[in-house]
Amino acid sequence: MEIVVNGDRRKIEPGANLRSLLHELDLPESRVAVERNRAIIRKADYAGTALADGDRIEIVTFVGGG
Amino acid sequence: MDTPLTIAGRTFGSRLLVGTGKYPDYPTMVKALEASGAEIVTVAVRRVNLDRGKESLLDHIDPKKYTLLPNTAACYTEDDAVRTCLLAREAGMSNLVKLEVIGDEKTLFPDTEGLLAAARTLVKEGFVVLPYTNDDPIMAKKLEDAGCAAVMPLAAPIGSGLGIRNPYNIRIILDTVKVPVIVDAGVGTASDAAVAMELGCDGVLMNTGIAGAKDPVVMAEAMREAVSAGRKAFRAGRIPKKLYATSSSPIDGTFF
Repeated sequence: MEIVVNGDRRKIEPGANLRSLLHELDLPESRVAVERNRAIIRKADYAGTALADGDRIEIVTFVGGG
Repeated sequence: MDTPLTIAGRTFGSRLLVGTGKYPDYPTMVKALEASGAEIVTVAVRRVNLDRGKESLLDHIDPKKYTLLPNTAACYTEDDAVRTCLLAREAGMSNLVKLEVIGDEKTLFPDTEGLLAAARTLVKEGFVVLPYTNDDPIMAKKLEDAGCAAVMPLAAPIGSGLGIRNPYNIRIILDTVKVPVIVDAGVGTASDAAVAMELGCDGVLMNTGIAGAKDPVVMAEAMREAVSAGRKAFRAGRIPKKLYATSSSPIDGTFF
């Protein structure tokens, strides 16, 4: 199964969800926000959000800026 | 005693707001933020770096110590700005945003039409909106009427360091709106910040003026002092400007 994370293609195991993806990417849930196919997913829903082939995931965080 | 800066019911002891971009390195940023005395720091919202070895801004800024103010820098449309704010709220668990809708790459001047539309949408969504706008009193009033918690007119183009290009418009904005007026962008050195505060502005927001200085930490301290001095001068009430001299020493008692 293949999804797109921040513009890059990525292979994931069937049955993966957003929580397992963030864990695999070593990203702390408290510091990021996630969109799946342009819809924001609340943190409480990460584990219950199954990933499907072709999903486009955006994971953002805060960086330095004015 | 001075009153604190109050934005949507939240009070802040410092009237200097600073950005977190363009520092040579994180340790310098941390020291500069400390030296500035700022309580509100702006941040940008970007794709997370998937390279695990890279440090993150949030490794260096304690959100318990600073109020993070996410911006919508690089957004050229209402949709992009609103999307960025929604993501920022989810990432940061706060509804405070610095709204920018940029109109042009070269000047980075705001697209005020898109700005106003985005502000209206975000206020409806429950955000506390601090819009980066131009030094136009009419637009400032429209943003206030749209429910923005402050207005943040530019002093000069972002990163230009030109200082306050139109102090008269800033004064008219101060007369026009009741929400806090925070000069945002274009401050180059301490005197620019002092002028903003002497005009009666409620605060000053800057990034490049500090981060781009040869010594950002000393400049941050200078900005802190300038904002404080300018605020005191405003509260003290300056003397009127006159064309001719008025002697400071008495004429009575001269012996020559």
